[in-house]
Amino acid sequence: MDDKKLNKVLSQITFLVRTIVVTLTLLVTLTILLASGALDTLLPRNDLDVKESKTQEIVDGIHIETGLIDSPGLQLVIQNCTNCHSSKLISQNRMNLAGWSSTIKWMQETQNLWDLGDNEAVILEYLASNYAPKKKGRRANLENIEWYELE
Amino acid sequence: MGLKENRREFIKKSVLATLSASLGTNIVFGKLIPDGYTPLFFEQDDFYKRFDKDKSMVILNDRPWNAEAQAHILDDKVTPASRMFVRNNGLIPQNIDANQWALTIDGESVVGKRTYTLDDLKKFPKQTYQLTLECGGNGRSEFDPPAKGNQWTIGAVSCAEWSGVRLKDLLDDVGLKNDAVYVGYYGKDTHLSGDPSKNPISRGVPISKAIMDETLVAYEMNGEAIPLVHGFPLRLVAGGWPASVSGKWIDRLSVRNKVHDGAKMGGSSYRIPCETVEPGTKVLDENMCIIESMPIKSVITYPKSGALLNQGQSLRLRGHAWAGELKVKDVEYSIDFGATWNPCILQNPVNRLAWQHWNAKINFPEKGYYEVWARATDENGTSQPMILPGWNPKGYLNNACHRIAVKVT
Repeated sequence: MDDKKLNKVLSQITFLVRTIVVTLTLLVTLTILLASGALDTLLPRNDLDVKESKTQEIVDGIHIETGLIDSPGLQLVIQNCTNCHSSKLISQNRMNLAGWSSTIKWMQETQNLWDLGDNEAVILEYLASNYAPKKKGRRANLENIEWYELE
Repeated sequence: MGLKENRREFIKKSVLATLSASLGTNIVFGKLIPDGYTPLFFEQDDFYKRFDKDKSMVILNDRPWNAEAQAHILDDKVTPASRMFVRNNGLIPQNIDANQWALTIDGESVVGKRTYTLDDLKKFPKQTYQLTLECGGNGRSEFDPPAKGNQWTIGAVSCAEWSGVRLKDLLDDVGLKNDAVYVGYYGKDTHLSGDPSKNPISRGVPISKAIMDETLVAYEMNGEAIPLVHGFPLRLVAGGWPASVSGKWIDRLSVRNKVHDGAKMGGSSYRIPCETVEPGTKVLDENMCIIESMPIKSVITYPKSGALLNQGQSLRLRGHAWAGELKVKDVEYSIDFGATWNPCILQNPVNRLAWQHWNAKINFPEKGYYEVWARATDENGTSQPMILPGWNPKGYLNNACHRIAVKVT
Protein backbone atom coordinates (compact mmCIF):
# COMPACT_ATOMS: atom_id res chain seq x y z
CA MET A 1 0.00 0.00 0.00
CA ASP A 2 1.51 3.36 -0.98
CA ASP A 3 1.56 6.43 1.24
CA LYS A 4 -1.24 8.05 -0.69
CA LYS A 5 -3.55 5.10 -0.19
CA LEU A 6 -2.55 4.78 3.47
CA ASN A 7 -3.27 8.49 4.01
CA LYS A 8 -6.67 8.10 2.43
CA VAL A 9 -7.53 5.09 4.62
CA LEU A 10 -6.22 6.89 7.72
CA SER A 11 -8.32 9.97 6.98
CA GLN A 12 -11.39 7.80 6.45
CA ILE A 13 -10.78 6.07 9.78
CA THR A 14 -10.31 9.44 11.51
CA PHE A 15 -13.58 10.67 10.02
CA LEU A 16 -15.39 7.55 11.15
CA VAL A 17 -14.00 7.76 14.69
CA ARG A 18 -14.90 11.45 14.87
CA THR A 19 -18.44 10.73 13.71
CA ILE A 20 -18.81 7.99 16.30
CA VAL A 21 -17.47 10.22 19.10
CA VAL A 22 -19.76 13.10 18.14
CA THR A 23 -22.80 10.79 17.88
CA LEU A 24 -22.05 9.16 21.22
CA THR A 25 -21.56 12.53 22.89
CA LEU A 26 -24.90 13.69 21.50
CA LEU A 27 -26.64 10.53 22.65
CA VAL A 28 -25.18 10.74 26.14
CA THR A 29 -26.08 14.44 26.41
CA LEU A 30 -29.63 13.75 25.25
CA THR A 31 -29.93 10.88 27.72
CA ILE A 32 -28.71 13.06 30.60
CA LEU A 33 -31.00 15.90 29.57
CA LEU A 34 -34.00 13.59 29.33
CA ALA A 35 -33.22 11.88 32.61
CA SER A 36 -32.84 15.23 34.36
CA GLY A 37 -36.19 16.35 33.08
CA ALA A 38 -34.66 19.37 31.35
CA LEU A 39 -36.46 18.54 28.11
CA ASP A 40 -39.80 17.85 29.75
CA THR A 41 -41.39 20.91 28.26
CA LEU A 42 -40.41 19.78 24.75
CA LEU A 43 -41.95 16.35 25.09
CA PRO A 44 -45.54 15.83 24.06
CA ARG A 45 -47.90 15.66 27.02
CA ASN A 46 -51.40 16.65 27.85
CA ASP A 47 -51.47 18.58 31.08
CA LEU A 48 -55.24 18.54 31.29
CA ASP A 49 -55.33 14.80 31.20
CA VAL A 50 -52.23 13.76 33.11
CA LYS A 51 -51.44 13.23 36.75
CA GLU A 52 -48.57 11.60 38.57
CA SER A 53 -48.75 8.19 40.18
CA LYS A 54 -48.63 8.43 43.96
CA THR A 55 -48.46 5.10 45.70
CA GLN A 56 -48.82 1.36 45.42
CA GLU A 57 -50.88 1.41 48.62
CA ILE A 58 -53.52 -1.31 49.09
CA VAL A 59 -56.40 -0.71 51.53
CA ASP A 60 -59.18 -3.26 52.11
CA GLY A 61 -58.14 -5.17 49.01
CA ILE A 62 -58.27 -2.10 46.77
CA HIS A 63 -55.24 -0.56 45.07
CA ILE A 64 -55.75 3.03 46.18
CA GLU A 65 -54.19 4.81 43.21
CA THR A 66 -56.28 3.03 40.59
CA GLY A 67 -59.27 1.81 42.60
CA LEU A 68 -58.69 -1.66 41.14
CA ILE A 69 -59.13 -4.87 43.14
CA ASP A 70 -55.87 -6.29 44.51
CA SER A 71 -55.64 -9.75 42.99
CA PRO A 72 -53.09 -11.70 40.91
CA GLY A 73 -52.47 -9.84 37.65
CA LEU A 74 -53.13 -6.36 39.09
CA GLN A 75 -49.71 -4.98 38.11
CA LEU A 76 -50.00 -6.36 34.57
CA VAL A 77 -53.40 -4.73 34.25
CA ILE A 78 -52.04 -1.41 35.48
CA GLN A 79 -49.10 -1.59 33.11
CA ASN A 80 -51.00 -2.61 30.03
CA CYS A 81 -54.47 -1.16 30.46
CA THR A 82 -54.10 2.22 32.17
CA ASN A 83 -51.61 3.66 29.73
CA CYS A 84 -54.21 4.95 27.30
CA HIS A 85 -57.35 4.99 29.41
CA SER A 86 -58.28 5.34 33.05
CA SER A 87 -58.56 2.39 35.44
CA LYS A 88 -62.11 3.66 35.97
CA LEU A 89 -63.05 2.33 32.56
CA ILE A 90 -62.19 -1.12 33.91
CA SER A 91 -63.72 -0.85 37.36
CA GLN A 92 -67.06 0.51 36.15
CA ASN A 93 -67.54 -2.30 33.64
CA ARG A 94 -68.63 -5.92 34.12
CA MET A 95 -67.99 -8.66 31.54
CA ASN A 96 -67.40 -12.37 31.39
CA LEU A 97 -64.18 -13.82 29.97
CA ALA A 98 -65.47 -13.77 26.40
CA GLY A 99 -66.59 -10.17 26.80
CA TRP A 100 -63.26 -8.96 28.19
CA SER A 101 -61.45 -10.95 25.52
CA SER A 102 -63.40 -9.34 22.70
CA THR A 103 -62.84 -5.92 24.28
CA ILE A 104 -59.08 -6.50 24.22
CA LYS A 105 -59.31 -7.69 20.63
CA TRP A 106 -61.28 -4.55 19.71
CA MET A 107 -58.66 -2.34 21.36
CA GLN A 108 -55.92 -4.15 19.46
CA GLU A 109 -57.72 -3.83 16.15
CA THR A 110 -58.84 -0.24 16.47
CA GLN A 111 -57.19 1.52 19.41
CA ASN A 112 -53.47 0.75 19.04
CA LEU A 113 -53.30 -1.67 21.97
CA TRP A 114 -50.16 -3.75 21.68
CA ASP A 115 -49.86 -7.54 21.61
CA LEU A 116 -50.15 -8.70 25.22
CA GLY A 117 -48.34 -12.00 24.62
CA ASP A 118 -48.38 -14.42 27.55
CA ASN A 119 -49.74 -11.67 29.77
CA GLU A 120 -53.10 -11.77 28.03
CA ALA A 121 -54.26 -14.92 29.82
CA VAL A 122 -53.31 -13.48 33.23
CA ILE A 123 -55.02 -10.16 32.45
CA LEU A 124 -58.18 -11.90 31.22
CA GLU A 125 -58.32 -14.08 34.32
CA TYR A 126 -57.95 -10.98 36.51
CA LEU A 127 -60.71 -9.11 34.69
CA ALA A 128 -63.16 -11.97 34.37
CA SER A 129 -62.86 -13.04 38.00
CA ASN A 130 -62.85 -9.55 39.58
CA TYR A 131 -65.14 -7.71 37.19
CA ALA A 132 -67.76 -10.30 36.27
CA PRO A 133 -71.39 -9.38 35.51
CA LYS A 134 -74.00 -9.43 38.26
CA LYS A 135 -77.69 -9.98 37.59
CA LYS A 136 -79.54 -6.68 37.84
CA GLY A 137 -82.96 -7.63 36.56
CA ARG A 138 -85.30 -5.29 34.75
CA ARG A 139 -85.28 -2.57 37.43
CA ALA A 140 -83.33 -2.58 40.70
CA ASN A 141 -84.39 -1.26 44.12
CA LEU A 142 -83.35 2.30 44.94
CA GLU A 143 -80.24 1.90 47.03
CA ASN A 144 -77.76 4.01 49.01
CA ILE A 145 -80.46 6.54 49.81
CA GLU A 146 -79.23 9.43 51.97
CA TRP A 147 -82.26 10.40 54.03
CA TYR A 148 -82.68 14.06 54.98
CA GLU A 149 -85.44 16.23 56.48
CA LEU A 150 -87.16 18.23 53.75
CA GLU A 151 -88.10 21.73 54.94
CA MET B 1 -43.71 10.83 43.43
CA GLY B 2 -44.07 14.13 41.59
CA LEU B 3 -45.02 14.42 37.97
CA LYS B 4 -41.51 15.35 36.99
CA GLU B 5 -39.94 12.48 38.93
CA ASN B 6 -42.41 10.06 37.54
CA ARG B 7 -41.79 11.13 33.99
CA ARG B 8 -38.07 10.96 34.67
CA GLU B 9 -38.50 7.42 35.94
CA PHE B 10 -40.33 6.48 32.77
CA ILE B 11 -37.90 8.25 30.50
CA LYS B 12 -34.87 6.74 32.25
CA LYS B 13 -36.23 3.29 31.70
CA SER B 14 -37.36 3.76 28.17
CA VAL B 15 -34.75 6.10 26.81
CA LEU B 16 -32.21 3.46 25.88
CA ALA B 17 -34.84 1.26 24.35
CA THR B 18 -36.30 3.99 22.25
CA LEU B 19 -33.44 6.31 21.46
CA SER B 20 -32.44 4.35 18.40
CA ALA B 21 -35.97 4.64 17.10
CA SER B 22 -37.81 7.91 16.86
CA LEU B 23 -37.89 8.92 20.50
CA GLY B 24 -40.90 11.22 20.62
CA THR B 25 -43.07 8.93 18.56
CA ASN B 26 -42.46 5.96 20.78
CA ILE B 27 -43.26 7.87 23.92
CA VAL B 28 -46.40 9.28 22.39
CA PHE B 29 -47.59 5.93 21.21
CA GLY B 30 -46.53 4.26 24.44
CA LYS B 31 -45.93 1.10 22.45
CA LEU B 32 -42.75 0.07 24.16
CA ILE B 33 -43.79 -0.39 27.71
CA PRO B 34 -40.82 -1.39 29.82
CA ASP B 35 -41.24 -3.67 32.80
CA GLY B 36 -42.08 -1.78 35.95
CA TYR B 37 -43.09 1.30 34.04
CA THR B 38 -45.17 3.51 36.29
CA PRO B 39 -48.09 4.75 34.28
CA LEU B 40 -49.38 8.30 34.42
CA PHE B 41 -52.53 8.89 36.37
CA PHE B 42 -55.01 11.66 36.36
CA GLU B 43 -55.93 14.41 38.68
CA GLN B 44 -59.40 13.69 39.97
CA ASP B 45 -59.32 16.19 42.80
CA ASP B 46 -58.47 18.79 40.26
CA PHE B 47 -61.34 18.06 37.89
CA TYR B 48 -63.67 20.44 39.69
CA LYS B 49 -61.15 23.27 39.76
CA ARG B 50 -59.80 22.83 36.25
CA PHE B 51 -63.14 22.68 34.58
CA ASP B 52 -65.02 24.82 37.12
CA LYS B 53 -67.47 22.03 37.97
CA ASP B 54 -70.02 21.64 40.74
CA LYS B 55 -68.73 19.39 43.54
CA SER B 56 -71.78 17.15 43.11
CA MET B 57 -70.74 16.12 39.61
CA VAL B 58 -69.74 12.43 39.58
CA ILE B 59 -66.54 11.47 37.77
CA LEU B 60 -66.96 8.26 35.78
CA ASN B 61 -63.65 8.32 33.98
CA ASP B 62 -60.51 10.41 34.23
CA ARG B 63 -58.78 9.42 31.01
CA PRO B 64 -60.63 10.48 28.98
CA TRP B 65 -62.59 12.81 31.27
CA ASN B 66 -66.22 11.75 31.69
CA ALA B 67 -68.51 13.05 34.42
CA GLU B 68 -72.23 13.32 34.99
CA ALA B 69 -74.59 15.45 37.02
CA GLN B 70 -76.90 14.05 39.70
CA ALA B 71 -80.60 14.59 39.15
CA HIS B 72 -80.98 17.20 41.89
CA ILE B 73 -78.27 19.48 40.49
CA LEU B 74 -80.07 19.64 37.14
CA ASP B 75 -82.80 21.79 38.70
CA ASP B 76 -81.83 24.97 36.79
CA LYS B 77 -84.06 25.79 33.83
CA VAL B 78 -80.96 26.50 31.75
CA THR B 79 -78.09 24.20 32.69
CA PRO B 80 -75.06 26.18 33.89
CA ALA B 81 -71.64 25.06 32.61
CA SER B 82 -70.71 23.88 36.11
CA ARG B 83 -73.50 21.28 36.07
CA MET B 84 -73.21 20.11 32.50
CA PHE B 85 -72.07 16.53 31.95
CA VAL B 86 -68.67 15.93 30.38
CA ARG B 87 -68.32 13.27 27.73
CA ASN B 88 -64.95 12.92 26.02
CA ASN B 89 -63.74 10.22 23.69
CA GLY B 90 -60.18 11.52 23.49
CA LEU B 91 -57.87 14.02 25.14
CA ILE B 92 -58.83 17.67 25.39
CA PRO B 93 -56.85 19.87 22.98
CA GLN B 94 -54.39 22.26 24.59
CA ASN B 95 -53.06 25.72 23.89
CA ILE B 96 -55.98 26.72 21.73
CA ASP B 97 -55.52 30.11 20.09
CA ALA B 98 -58.99 31.27 19.07
CA ASN B 99 -57.46 33.95 16.86
CA GLN B 100 -55.78 31.28 14.79
CA TRP B 101 -58.81 28.97 14.74
CA ALA B 102 -60.34 28.18 11.38
CA LEU B 103 -63.25 26.02 10.28
CA THR B 104 -62.85 24.37 6.90
CA ILE B 105 -65.89 23.06 5.08
CA ASP B 106 -64.95 20.49 2.45
CA GLY B 107 -66.02 17.05 1.23
CA GLU B 108 -67.23 15.33 -1.92
CA SER B 109 -70.45 17.32 -1.99
CA VAL B 110 -69.32 20.93 -1.66
CA VAL B 111 -69.06 23.12 -4.74
CA GLY B 112 -65.72 24.37 -3.43
CA LYS B 113 -63.81 24.11 -0.17
CA ARG B 114 -64.11 27.17 2.13
CA THR B 115 -62.33 28.17 5.31
CA TYR B 116 -63.75 30.55 7.92
CA THR B 117 -62.04 32.24 10.85
CA LEU B 118 -64.07 32.81 14.01
CA ASP B 119 -64.48 36.46 12.97
CA ASP B 120 -65.81 35.32 9.59
CA LEU B 121 -68.36 33.10 11.35
CA LYS B 122 -69.48 35.92 13.61
CA LYS B 123 -70.45 37.98 10.55
CA PHE B 124 -73.29 35.55 9.83
CA PRO B 125 -76.58 36.18 11.66
CA LYS B 126 -76.23 35.06 15.28
CA GLN B 127 -78.86 32.57 16.45
CA THR B 128 -79.57 31.54 20.03
CA TYR B 129 -81.47 28.43 21.16
CA GLN B 130 -81.79 26.37 24.31
CA LEU B 131 -80.91 22.87 23.15
CA THR B 132 -81.20 19.57 24.97
CA LEU B 133 -78.08 17.44 24.68
CA GLU B 134 -78.26 13.94 26.11
CA CYS B 135 -75.56 11.31 25.86
CA GLY B 136 -76.80 8.31 23.85
CA GLY B 137 -75.61 6.11 26.74
CA ASN B 138 -77.35 8.02 29.54
CA GLY B 139 -78.83 5.31 31.80
CA ARG B 140 -76.47 2.60 30.51
CA SER B 141 -75.65 1.45 34.05
CA GLU B 142 -79.02 -0.29 34.39
CA PHE B 143 -78.79 -2.68 31.45
CA ASP B 144 -78.66 -6.43 32.09
CA PRO B 145 -76.52 -8.06 30.78
CA PRO B 146 -74.32 -5.03 31.39
CA ALA B 147 -73.28 -2.92 28.43
CA LYS B 148 -69.71 -1.81 27.89
CA GLY B 149 -68.67 1.81 28.32
CA ASN B 150 -69.05 4.63 30.83
CA GLN B 151 -71.77 3.62 33.28
CA TRP B 152 -73.96 6.72 33.09
CA THR B 153 -76.93 6.79 35.45
CA ILE B 154 -79.32 9.73 34.89
CA GLY B 155 -77.14 12.84 34.69
CA ALA B 156 -75.71 12.81 31.16
CA VAL B 157 -78.19 15.41 29.96
CA SER B 158 -78.22 19.20 29.78
CA CYS B 159 -80.11 22.06 28.26
CA ALA B 160 -77.90 25.11 27.87
CA GLU B 161 -78.36 28.18 25.73
CA TRP B 162 -76.19 27.95 22.62
CA SER B 163 -75.37 30.79 20.25
CA GLY B 164 -73.70 30.72 16.89
CA VAL B 165 -74.28 30.53 13.18
CA ARG B 166 -76.81 28.22 11.58
CA LEU B 167 -75.06 25.34 9.87
CA LYS B 168 -77.58 25.86 7.07
CA ASP B 169 -76.28 29.41 6.49
CA LEU B 170 -72.73 28.11 6.20
CA LEU B 171 -73.73 25.31 3.85
CA ASP B 172 -75.62 27.84 1.70
CA ASP B 173 -72.52 30.02 1.64
CA VAL B 174 -70.28 27.12 0.60
CA GLY B 175 -72.76 25.73 -1.90
CA LEU B 176 -73.71 22.04 -1.94
CA LYS B 177 -73.96 19.59 -4.80
CA ASN B 178 -77.18 17.64 -5.26
CA ASP B 179 -75.65 14.42 -3.96
CA ALA B 180 -74.99 15.71 -0.40
CA VAL B 181 -76.04 13.10 2.17
CA TYR B 182 -74.28 13.78 5.46
CA VAL B 183 -72.16 16.35 7.28
CA GLY B 184 -69.29 14.83 9.26
CA TYR B 185 -67.27 16.76 11.83
CA TYR B 186 -63.61 16.64 12.78
CA GLY B 187 -62.33 18.06 16.07
CA LYS B 188 -58.94 18.88 17.56
CA ASP B 189 -59.12 16.37 20.41
CA THR B 190 -56.45 13.66 20.28
CA HIS B 191 -56.78 9.90 20.35
CA LEU B 192 -56.07 8.24 23.71
CA SER B 193 -53.18 6.32 22.17
CA GLY B 194 -51.60 9.61 21.07
CA ASP B 195 -51.62 8.38 17.48
CA PRO B 196 -52.09 11.56 15.39
CA SER B 197 -53.49 9.54 12.49
CA LYS B 198 -56.51 8.50 14.58
CA ASN B 199 -59.59 10.56 15.41
CA PRO B 200 -61.13 9.87 18.83
CA ILE B 201 -64.54 10.57 17.34
CA SER B 202 -65.84 11.96 14.05
CA ARG B 203 -69.59 11.74 13.73
CA GLY B 204 -72.22 14.00 12.21
CA VAL B 205 -75.74 14.47 10.92
CA PRO B 206 -77.71 13.74 7.76
CA ILE B 207 -78.39 16.80 5.59
CA SER B 208 -82.02 16.89 6.75
CA LYS B 209 -80.85 17.52 10.34
CA ALA B 210 -77.96 19.76 9.25
CA ILE B 211 -80.29 22.28 7.59
CA MET B 212 -82.70 22.60 10.51
CA ASP B 213 -82.95 26.10 11.96
CA GLU B 214 -81.73 24.93 15.37
CA THR B 215 -78.60 23.13 14.15
CA LEU B 216 -75.76 25.50 15.02
CA VAL B 217 -72.04 25.91 14.67
CA ALA B 218 -71.88 27.47 18.12
CA TYR B 219 -69.26 29.80 19.55
CA GLU B 220 -71.10 30.71 22.76
CA MET B 221 -72.75 28.78 25.57
CA ASN B 222 -74.95 30.59 28.11
CA GLY B 223 -73.81 33.94 26.71
CA GLU B 224 -70.09 33.29 27.10
CA ALA B 225 -67.33 31.65 25.09
CA ILE B 226 -67.85 27.87 25.21
CA PRO B 227 -65.89 26.38 28.15
CA LEU B 228 -62.83 24.41 27.02
CA VAL B 229 -64.18 21.07 28.22
CA HIS B 230 -67.39 21.64 26.24
CA GLY B 231 -65.71 22.42 22.92
CA PHE B 232 -64.06 25.86 22.90
CA PRO B 233 -63.96 27.65 20.55
CA LEU B 234 -66.40 25.94 18.16
CA ARG B 235 -68.97 23.22 18.61
CA LEU B 236 -71.52 21.68 16.32
CA VAL B 237 -74.79 21.59 18.28
CA ALA B 238 -77.62 19.38 17.08
CA GLY B 239 -80.20 19.26 19.89
CA GLY B 240 -82.42 16.23 20.45
CA TRP B 241 -79.92 13.78 18.98
CA PRO B 242 -77.27 11.77 20.85
CA ALA B 243 -74.84 14.43 22.11
CA SER B 244 -71.98 12.67 20.30
CA VAL B 245 -73.39 14.24 17.14
CA SER B 246 -72.55 17.66 18.59
CA GLY B 247 -68.82 17.57 17.91
CA LYS B 248 -66.48 19.63 20.09
CA TRP B 249 -63.39 21.68 19.13
CA ILE B 250 -64.39 21.38 15.47
CA ASP B 251 -62.07 22.70 12.78
CA ARG B 252 -63.52 20.83 9.81
CA LEU B 253 -66.92 19.87 8.51
CA SER B 254 -67.00 17.48 5.61
CA VAL B 255 -70.08 17.35 3.39
CA ARG B 256 -70.27 13.76 2.29
CA ASN B 257 -72.01 12.06 -0.63
CA LYS B 258 -72.64 9.05 1.63
CA VAL B 259 -73.29 8.38 5.29
CA HIS B 260 -70.21 9.75 7.08
CA ASP B 261 -67.69 7.01 7.88
CA GLY B 262 -65.65 8.72 10.62
CA ALA B 263 -64.63 7.22 13.95
CA LYS B 264 -67.58 5.90 16.01
CA MET B 265 -70.00 5.97 13.08
CA GLY B 266 -69.82 2.19 12.64
CA GLY B 267 -69.82 -1.02 14.66
CA SER B 268 -71.85 -0.80 17.86
CA SER B 269 -70.98 2.88 18.46
CA TYR B 270 -74.09 5.02 18.78
CA ARG B 271 -75.98 2.32 16.90
CA ILE B 272 -78.66 -0.11 18.00
CA PRO B 273 -79.99 -3.32 16.47
CA CYS B 274 -82.24 -2.41 13.50
CA GLU B 275 -84.55 -5.19 14.71
CA THR B 276 -85.08 -5.56 18.45
CA VAL B 277 -83.13 -8.42 20.05
CA GLU B 278 -83.23 -10.64 23.11
CA PRO B 279 -80.93 -9.32 25.91
CA GLY B 280 -77.34 -10.44 25.43
CA THR B 281 -77.63 -11.18 21.72
CA LYS B 282 -74.54 -10.72 19.56
CA VAL B 283 -75.53 -8.44 16.69
CA LEU B 284 -73.62 -8.23 13.41
CA ASP B 285 -72.45 -4.78 12.30
CA GLU B 286 -74.64 -4.85 9.22
CA ASN B 287 -77.71 -5.30 11.42
CA MET B 288 -77.01 -2.16 13.45
CA CYS B 289 -78.66 1.20 12.72
CA ILE B 290 -77.51 4.72 13.65
CA ILE B 291 -79.42 6.39 16.51
CA GLU B 292 -81.07 9.61 15.39
CA SER B 293 -83.68 11.39 17.54
CA MET B 294 -83.48 10.55 21.26
CA PRO B 295 -86.58 9.08 22.96
CA ILE B 296 -89.06 10.68 25.38
CA LYS B 297 -87.60 11.10 28.86
CA SER B 298 -87.92 13.10 32.07
CA VAL B 299 -86.00 13.72 35.27
CA ILE B 300 -87.13 14.73 38.75
CA THR B 301 -84.80 17.55 39.80
CA TYR B 302 -86.57 18.50 43.05
CA PRO B 303 -86.54 17.20 45.67
CA LYS B 304 -83.35 15.20 45.91
CA SER B 305 -84.05 11.50 46.49
CA GLY B 306 -84.25 10.64 50.20
CA ALA B 307 -86.64 13.35 51.41
CA LEU B 308 -88.20 12.81 54.86
CA LEU B 309 -91.61 14.48 55.22
CA ASN B 310 -93.97 14.88 58.13
CA GLN B 311 -97.45 13.52 57.74
CA GLY B 312 -99.66 16.21 56.21
CA GLN B 313 -96.69 18.01 54.64
CA SER B 314 -97.20 18.38 50.88
CA LEU B 315 -94.39 17.97 48.39
CA ARG B 316 -93.62 20.33 45.53
CA LEU B 317 -92.22 18.10 42.81
CA ARG B 318 -90.52 19.46 39.70
CA GLY B 319 -88.25 18.55 36.82
CA HIS B 320 -87.73 18.63 33.07
CA ALA B 321 -88.91 16.49 30.17
CA TRP B 322 -87.67 16.21 26.59
CA ALA B 323 -88.43 14.07 23.56
CA GLY B 324 -85.65 14.33 20.96
CA GLU B 325 -87.13 15.95 17.85
CA LEU B 326 -90.60 15.89 19.34
CA LYS B 327 -92.52 17.96 21.83
CA VAL B 328 -93.53 16.60 25.23
CA LYS B 329 -97.30 16.43 25.53
CA ASP B 330 -97.83 15.25 29.13
CA VAL B 331 -95.96 14.52 32.30
CA GLU B 332 -97.53 12.50 35.11
CA TYR B 333 -96.36 11.28 38.47
CA SER B 334 -97.17 8.17 40.50
CA ILE B 335 -96.68 7.48 44.21
CA ASP B 336 -97.93 3.89 44.04
CA PHE B 337 -95.45 2.26 41.66
CA GLY B 338 -97.48 3.10 38.58
CA ALA B 339 -100.85 1.79 39.80
CA THR B 340 -102.29 5.29 39.41
CA TRP B 341 -100.94 8.35 37.63
CA ASN B 342 -101.63 12.04 38.27
CA PRO B 343 -101.03 14.92 35.88
CA CYS B 344 -98.24 17.47 36.31
CA ILE B 345 -98.33 21.07 35.09
CA LEU B 346 -96.19 21.14 31.94
CA GLN B 347 -94.71 24.24 30.31
CA ASN B 348 -94.14 24.72 26.61
CA PRO B 349 -90.53 24.66 25.44
CA VAL B 350 -88.75 28.03 25.09
CA ASN B 351 -87.95 26.91 21.56
CA ARG B 352 -88.04 23.63 19.64
CA LEU B 353 -85.55 21.06 21.03
CA ALA B 354 -85.39 22.73 24.47
CA TRP B 355 -86.45 20.67 27.45
CA GLN B 356 -89.78 21.49 29.10
CA HIS B 357 -90.29 22.21 32.78
CA TRP B 358 -93.02 20.55 34.82
CA ASN B 359 -94.20 20.54 38.41
CA ALA B 360 -96.80 19.01 40.70
CA LYS B 361 -97.99 19.24 44.28
CA ILE B 362 -98.27 15.88 46.02
CA ASN B 363 -100.19 15.04 49.19
CA PHE B 364 -99.33 11.66 50.65
CA PRO B 365 -102.33 9.75 52.07
CA GLU B 366 -100.50 8.06 54.96
CA LYS B 367 -97.15 7.36 56.57
CA GLY B 368 -94.68 5.07 54.87
CA TYR B 369 -92.04 4.57 52.20
CA TYR B 370 -92.90 5.96 48.80
CA GLU B 371 -91.25 6.14 45.45
CA VAL B 372 -92.27 9.09 43.34
CA TRP B 373 -92.10 8.16 39.67
CA ALA B 374 -92.34 10.61 36.76
CA ARG B 375 -93.52 9.60 33.30
CA ALA B 376 -93.55 11.81 30.20
CA THR B 377 -95.44 11.27 26.95
CA ASP B 378 -94.45 12.75 23.59
CA GLU B 379 -96.71 14.40 21.02
CA ASN B 380 -97.13 11.04 19.24
CA GLY B 381 -98.48 9.42 22.41
CA THR B 382 -95.35 7.42 23.23
CA SER B 383 -94.56 7.26 26.96
CA GLN B 384 -91.52 6.33 28.97
CA PRO B 385 -91.44 2.69 30.08
CA MET B 386 -91.29 1.93 33.82
CA ILE B 387 -88.86 -0.94 33.28
CA LEU B 388 -85.82 -0.98 31.03
CA PRO B 389 -86.54 -0.56 27.34
CA GLY B 390 -85.07 -2.85 24.66
CA TRP B 391 -81.61 -4.18 25.39
CA ASN B 392 -78.92 -3.26 22.90
CA PRO B 393 -75.21 -4.19 22.85
CA LYS B 394 -73.88 -0.78 23.96
CA GLY B 395 -76.70 0.11 26.34
CA TYR B 396 -78.11 3.16 24.61
CA LEU B 397 -81.50 4.87 24.94
CA ASN B 398 -82.51 3.87 28.46
CA ASN B 399 -85.46 6.18 28.95
CA ALA B 400 -87.10 4.28 31.79
CA CYS B 401 -88.98 6.48 34.28
CA HIS B 402 -86.88 8.34 36.83
CA ARG B 403 -87.92 7.88 40.47
CA ILE B 404 -86.97 9.20 43.89
CA ALA B 405 -87.40 7.79 47.39
CA VAL B 406 -89.59 9.64 49.92
CA LYS B 407 -90.55 8.70 53.48
CA VAL B 408 -93.52 10.18 55.31
CA THR B 409 -93.09 9.92 59.09
